[in-house]
This record gives sequence, C-alpha cells and structure tokens, in this order.
Amino acid sequence: MIEIDKICKRYGDTLVVDTVSLAIPHGGVVGIVGPNGAGKSTLLSIISRLMKSDSGSVLVDGLDVTKTPGRELARRLSVMRQENHVAARLTIRDLVAFGRFPHNRGRPNRDDQERVAAAIAFVGLDAMADRFLDQLSGGQRQRAFVAMALAQDADYALFDEPLNNLDIHHAVSMMRLFRRMGDQPGKTVIVVLHDLNVAATYADRIVVMQAGRVVGDGPPSEIITRSLLSDVFCVEGDVLDIEGRRVISVAP
Amino acid sequence: MPPDRPRSARFVMVVVASLAILSAIAFMTIGAKGPWSFILAHRGMRLAALVTVAYAIALSTVLFQTLTGNRILTPAVMGFDALFLLLQTSLVAALGGAGAGAIDPRLLFSVECLAMVGLSGLLFRLLFRGEGRNLPLVVLSGLLFGALFRSLSSFLQRIMDPNDFLVLQGRTFASFNVVDPALIGVAALLAVAATVIVLPRLAELDVLVLGRDRATGLGVDTARLSAIVFAVVAVLVSASTALVGPTTFFGLLVANLAYLLIPSAKHAEVLPVAIGLAIVTLVGGQMLLERLLGFGTALSIVIDFVGGVTFLLILFRSGRR
Repeated sequence: MIEIDKICKRYGDTLVVDTVSLAIPHGGVVGIVGPNGAGKSTLLSIISRLMKSDSGSVLVDGLDVTKTPGRELARRLSVMRQENHVAARLTIRDLVAFGRFPHNRGRPNRDDQERVAAAIAFVGLDAMADRFLDQLSGGQRQRAFVAMALAQDADYALFDEPLNNLDIHHAVSMMRLFRRMGDQPGKTVIVVLHDLNVAATYADRIVVMQAGRVVGDGPPSEIITRSLLSDVFCVEGDVLDIEGRRVISVAP
Repeated sequence: MPPDRPRSARFVMVVVASLAILSAIAFMTIGAKGPWSFILAHRGMRLAALVTVAYAIALSTVLFQTLTGNRILTPAVMGFDALFLLLQTSLVAALGGAGAGAIDPRLLFSVECLAMVGLSGLLFRLLFRGEGRNLPLVVLSGLLFGALFRSLSSFLQRIMDPNDFLVLQGRTFASFNVVDPALIGVAALLAVAATVIVLPRLAELDVLVLGRDRATGLGVDTARLSAIVFAVVAVLVSASTALVGPTTFFGLLVANLAYLLIPSAKHAEVLPVAIGLAIVTLVGGQMLLERLLGFGTALSIVIDFVGGVTFLLILFRSGRR
C-alpha cells in the first residue's frame, strides 16, 4: 500500500502539486492522466523519493520514503522517468543488469543473469541484447529501460510516460506487459499516461490530475466521460461504449 | 562487436599493465652510468613520485567524470589545481616566508589538503547545483574560475615580500623534472587511503553512471556517495599538484583513452586501465624526453598539447551530437 498524505510542491511561486492525498493498495494497474503541466511527473518523482516535497508524507508499505534506506526502498519500488539518455556506452544487457543492483549490490549470480535475460526477452529485445544503447532507436531504448524496471522486480513499479516514442504495436505490447505485471499477486503498476483511450483500456483505476490537484479517481467507466474531456482537457468529444470499453472520439 | 567481451577487457588490462611495468624498468635502467646504489635511490624516488602522480590524476579524473556525468570535465579543467596553487600562495603570504619555512612541509601540506577539500566542495556545489545544469556553462565557468585563481595567485605573488616569494617559488616550482622528495611519502599514503575508500564503492559508482536519479531509484545514497568521492578527488588533486604542479589536460587524455579501450563502463575495469595508461605516459614519456631527447622539452608541454587537442576533439564531437 502506498499512502500519499497532503503532498505539496512548489517551483518558485507556482504550486505544481497541491495537497494531494491518495491511497494506492496492492495490485492492479493505476493510470495517472491529466493535461501537460498538471503535476503528474512531479508527484511520481516525490513518491519515488527522487524529489523532496515541501510538505506532506509518502509511505510505502508503512515506510516513509524520505527516511527509509535507499536500498530497502529500491527492492519495494522501481521508477522509470521520461528522460532516457545515458552518458556512458552501455549495452542493453549492461543496463538491464543494473536493475538487479538493489538485490546483489553489483555481484550478479546465475539467478540474476537469468532474470536479466528474461526481462530483455519480455520486451522483445533479446536479439539485440549486446547492442549499445546509442545504436538503438528511441523506442528500443525506451523498452530497454522498461526491462531494467522489470529486472528490479519491485512490488510497486512506477513509469512516467513509458509509451513515448513507441509505435502502436509496441505501445500495445507494453501496456499488455504492464497488465500482466499488475495481475501478478502483490505487484502494482502505476503509470503516467497521455492517451486516454489507452488508460481506459488497460488501467483498473484512473487518477485524474489538473493544476496540481487530484480531480478524479475511480474505474475507467466512471472517469472517462464527456465532462472529463471538456472540464479537464478542454476538448469537445464523445465517449463511446464499444464492447464494454470506453472509447473517446474527438470532433474533427 | 566481439562477443567475448570480458576477455577483451582483461586483455587490455594485461597489455596496459605490462607496458606500465616495462616503462618503469626502462626508466630505472636505460642510460645508467655510475654506481647502482645511487642510481636506484635517485631514480627510484622519482619513479615513485611519477607513479603516485599518475595514479592520483587518473583516479581523480575518472571519479570526477563519473560524479559529474560527463567526459569532458576534469578537476584540472575546472581549475581545481589552480585553486590548490592559490591556497599555497595565500598560506605563505599569510604566514610569511620564515613562518611557512619553519613549519614541516608535510604539516603544511595536510592543512592545504583540508582547505582544498572544503573549498573545492564549495566550488563544486556552486557549479553543479540544481537539476538543469548546462554543460557549456559549467565548462566556461570552470575555465573562468581557473583563470581567477591563477590571477589571484600571481597578484599575491607580486605584492608579497621578495623573501617570501622565494620560499613560495621553492614550493610551487615543482614539475615532472623536480619533485619535492619530502612529499612523496605523504602523497603516496593519501593515494592508498583514497583507494581503500573507493574500492568498496566501485559497484555504486557503476550505478551512478546511469545518472543521479536512476542511481537513487536503484537504492544508491547518491548525496552521501558524491560527498565522499568528491572529498577523495580533492585530496588526490592536492597530492598530485603539490608533487608536480598543475597538469591541465593529462587526466582528460588518459581517462578518455581508457574509455575508448574498455568496452564497458565498469569502474573495476576502467580505473586500472586509466591508471596504467597514466603511468605509461608519464614514466615512459619522461624517460624518452630525458634519455633520448636530452631534456629537449618539458613533458608537461607535450602532454598538454596532445591533451588539449583531445579536449577540443571531444568538445566538437559532443557539440555536433
């Protein structure tokens, strides 16, 4: 269970996260959606202790993220941020092997190697596992970083816009991958998404953020509505129901 | 790409180590005329100094580049050795030549070392504060700070008592040819201490190559690690500067050669190769200049020329990307 209690964060004068409180229990896929600049990435960074909040607290399984030793936390929670540039020349296998660091402190055993290979195969990069990251396309690099998060094997996996740079085939297979992760016992996937249709199709629960606040929280059927489109995203459109799924159609 | 990568890294390490040993032997034996007891003692001391300097510069440069997440900046390019010279100058100016001369050079060196850790830590904070740091800006401010420190030193040297200046000159005119023998032991000890501190942290440093945020995400206490490693870098820079003076582009040269030769970012592989290359360059280069070219030119000039060209090449290449 992740308990977020009255988190606030300012950059200069602007309040980017405004008293956000959320409880995310074990299991499933949680999608966070909202317009650009709504504070989604900042909230994710605060949950994963990459950024300090100005006030409020985040507990992961009862552990305060700002006080718990990093290693302890790294085995419970993994995070993948948007930026995917690395200064050093690494192969995919080198990169994904770092995901095992919280478990082996840099001394991989056979089990670690197998998990790394499995994670690479999971994202479909096994044919090029020994290629260097700078020889990959943006989408392939993106999948390599997701494989690293997979190898970390944490109970809570946080992803910030993992579908950037991905074509529809890889976007769909990545969301299916998250779906499978979220269906495993004890595993929770929290993912910031831009495409509302994707969120509606794959998430169990959608959290809507706007101007730093949580303005909606619930299953896709309750959240994806015409008023969400007009009030939060400022577009007019229809929400269709196709075989029980919510699908958005925006007026041209 | 060769499929047997571990072996190729080991191969590079063995070759570089053999070259380093060969140049050390050549340095000790080539052109030896006179009693061996004198030659071994005299050359042995200089060899020890060169090896210590090579070790300190290679280690500090690679560590610094890992901390700052790039391969252009080195402590020397950022003006850290100029800062050490300024410290030496202001200490002599404050104590007076006689006062500074009366203190054991090793004690003085320790004080300078401590001040260096504090001051360079401050400079580091100033330059690398915040998330959105901008590489060209940091390079420029580093060069500017270096010029500032050098100008301040020469200003102090101009207004100080001529007798004090002579004492200072004796201290700071160290070069690859003239090494202060009193400091070799201390510097070597510091290099060993640095190694003891860094060795258990190599795996964490490997993770740091991914960037601060990802390292934090993988459970590395990046703030603590940076503080420790940065203090080590400051001490190593002090040691090498005290022994042979500033070497602007030497670290950059050997570190980047090591990155080229080693196909991974593992510190356990990169560091030994960088150190070995530094020893080959310094000891072998000094041997060539002294014995074959008859002190025709100073090694630091050759190294800074080659290193400076390398620096420009890297800068242009990274600018184009």
